[in-house]
Amino acid sequence: MLKAIKVKFTQGKQYVPDVRTAKPKGFRGVPKLADVPCESSCTACQSACPTAAILLNPVRIDLGKCIFCDECARICPSKKISFTEGYKMASDSREGLIVGENVESIRVKASETIHRIFGRSLKLRSVSAGGCNGCELELNALGNVNFDMGRFGIEFVASPRHADALVLSGPITNNMARSLEMAYEGMPDPKFVIAVGACAISGGLFEESKVVSREFLVRFQPKLYVPGCPPHPLTFVNGILDLLGRP
Amino acid sequence: MSFTVSSQSKDCRDKQTDFSRERDNPPPFSLTGKVGEFSVLEFMEFQRALKERLSDGSRVISFFGSPSSQEREVYLNAVVAKEETGALQLIRTRRNRAESYPSLTLEHPELQCFEREIYEQYGIRPSDHPWLKPIRFPGSSGGVETYPFYQLEGKEVHEVGVGPIHAGVIEPGHFRFMCYGEKVHHLEIQLGYQHRDVEKLLLGREPWKLTSWIETISGDSSIAHTWAYCTAWENLCGMQVNWSVRLVRGIALELERIAMHLAGLAGMATDIGFLPGGAVYGRLRTTAINSSMRLCGSRFGRGWLRPGEVRCVVNAEIIDEIHANLKLIENDIQGINDLFTDSKTVQHRLKGTGRISRDQAILMGFVGMAARSTGIPMDLRRLRGSIYRAFPFNTIVEESGDCWARALVRIREIDESLHWLLFALEELKTLPATSLGVPPGANLQEAKRNSFSVALIEGWRGEVVHYLETDSEGRLAHYKVQDPSLRNWFALALAVRNNDISDFPICNKSFDLSYCGHDL
Repeated sequence: MLKAIKVKFTQGKQYVPDVRTAKPKGFRGVPKLADVPCESSCTACQSACPTAAILLNPVRIDLGKCIFCDECARICPSKKISFTEGYKMASDSREGLIVGENVESIRVKASETIHRIFGRSLKLRSVSAGGCNGCELELNALGNVNFDMGRFGIEFVASPRHADALVLSGPITNNMARSLEMAYEGMPDPKFVIAVGACAISGGLFEESKVVSREFLVRFQPKLYVPGCPPHPLTFVNGILDLLGRP
Repeated sequence: MSFTVSSQSKDCRDKQTDFSRERDNPPPFSLTGKVGEFSVLEFMEFQRALKERLSDGSRVISFFGSPSSQEREVYLNAVVAKEETGALQLIRTRRNRAESYPSLTLEHPELQCFEREIYEQYGIRPSDHPWLKPIRFPGSSGGVETYPFYQLEGKEVHEVGVGPIHAGVIEPGHFRFMCYGEKVHHLEIQLGYQHRDVEKLLLGREPWKLTSWIETISGDSSIAHTWAYCTAWENLCGMQVNWSVRLVRGIALELERIAMHLAGLAGMATDIGFLPGGAVYGRLRTTAINSSMRLCGSRFGRGWLRPGEVRCVVNAEIIDEIHANLKLIENDIQGINDLFTDSKTVQHRLKGTGRISRDQAILMGFVGMAARSTGIPMDLRRLRGSIYRAFPFNTIVEESGDCWARALVRIREIDESLHWLLFALEELKTLPATSLGVPPGANLQEAKRNSFSVALIEGWRGEVVHYLETDSEGRLAHYKVQDPSLRNWFALALAVRNNDISDFPICNKSFDLSYCGHDL
């Protein structure tokens, strides 16, 4: 009993008080493009990028492909690219993830319907289809005492039958494609898909793999894209709260 | 095969002399050489050589195929290590594709997964293999549904299929339990759902730019895999990184180990409904991975290690912050460890559950934490030349081989790593931050031709093995990745035998193996 009290005492309060304003110190998040010109015909960032996430003239970064490896920022001779500690980068559209000098373009517009149906309770079913366990661990972290996503009525559930949204991680391997479909089919309507991490959003590092199949996402377009490799739990929870139209 | 505890595991030697030798000598758990310099043995000879090595206290680290210059011919390579010194040796034979050979598994059961992999990748059939089942279904879709399960027949038996999608937020894999009543008679583990063709993706790129892919081979072991890759590639380029870089890599790896051991303990506690464990171990893990993030920008150490360098911000302020974080973990973990290990419910659920024996571990070649929990002091970090020996460091061994032992190994290894890290951080303070980059003049874009390099790193699960081979142009001709999970999944299958099926989750979590690390 004394031991339990001691643990309770040292544990204290661990939850992140406000997931909207928390500051993850050192996190390499939302990129920032400085208002400086590129050196003429320079393509250094583009050729350094492992996932072809960079578009030129003008420079834009596709956060759906970006793995936040910092290669572009390191190689840029004109110091145009840098990464900030910002984590709010989920988007309700694929195009919205392509950011230029104006990062304000990344946003999630609250959906009236989703707010009405799921605004007070949203149950999620995770399916990893080639995820490396990075995204999976961060999704798990959402349930720990720090992030405690359950406080918003948002939780992962064990069965597709109980789920409102399917949270997809991984590039969708051939060997998981059918099981993924079955899980989604098993969910009752209304339902939607959330794509988590560069692999799920764009194929990421595995876009060129001959053993991934992306058809599922062609047929079921995600309502929410959560970029990162893996995404920070704060990126996920902020994206979802925005989608639900929650404060 | 014999194993002995290193008598020097506790030593703390004169750092100055140690470092100067460090700079001159490559780490003992890597091997680099010219492909043409050793003879390709005839198969019988190969078999004899392998048997000889295994009887004199060596063990097989890896056994894999690689393409030869002849289209129809494949090399079979065995990497063996002297357990005492970690000295590695590569022995090689050749076979034609679609040709069979007498299975080595019958005599050396620890080769079972390797022979299956070679058969799947190259079509070379080990005849009389007792267990010749698919490893990861690399072909087109649909294959994964054709797995040839064993079937249990009888009056009071039944089968339970679980997966590929599981109840929690974890990777996919299928488990087929063959039970009588509530008891598991046999568990068959079918993997392959995570196959992304990693090894193929690594070829055809600039080989010094592979880190991002390596980091996702098994996302919870990014540092272990990346360190192995970096070492192998640096060796191929004839470059040795300096002490500072190796020290920071050690810090990165130990932070990863602490974080994942804490994740494992949190998971085990949750699986048996011991909620304080889940809450406290869980939040301590947050502190550990946030320390990695503070240093390198990523909670998983992504972007931290690169061939020839480490990329992180190191200054007195950050080191003090990390130091404070580690002190906090060290302080707060004591209470929960006491509560956890003293709790009758925890003891009742973990002791005697999911037991594997030392003999099984040796016979089947289990590695890392799973082997150490059965009394085998197998830990590459204790070998001579390892940076870990610059500061006090113990190899942790538990004897009972059950879930309890695997929990205790985690708890005690966290303590060891914390202790080592506190020394390492002090040391880091005294080193110039400028020494962490690629040294001027180092050429990491030109590898020795017709050469190979194999490197091993003791990740939190066990030994990670990377093998790279270059062709006559210095391009990458072959890349073989081995996660400890490849060998250890079979340990889970053995562990649950004659256990209640309801104990499967805790057994599974106690090993905490990688699906994608296995499936590649």
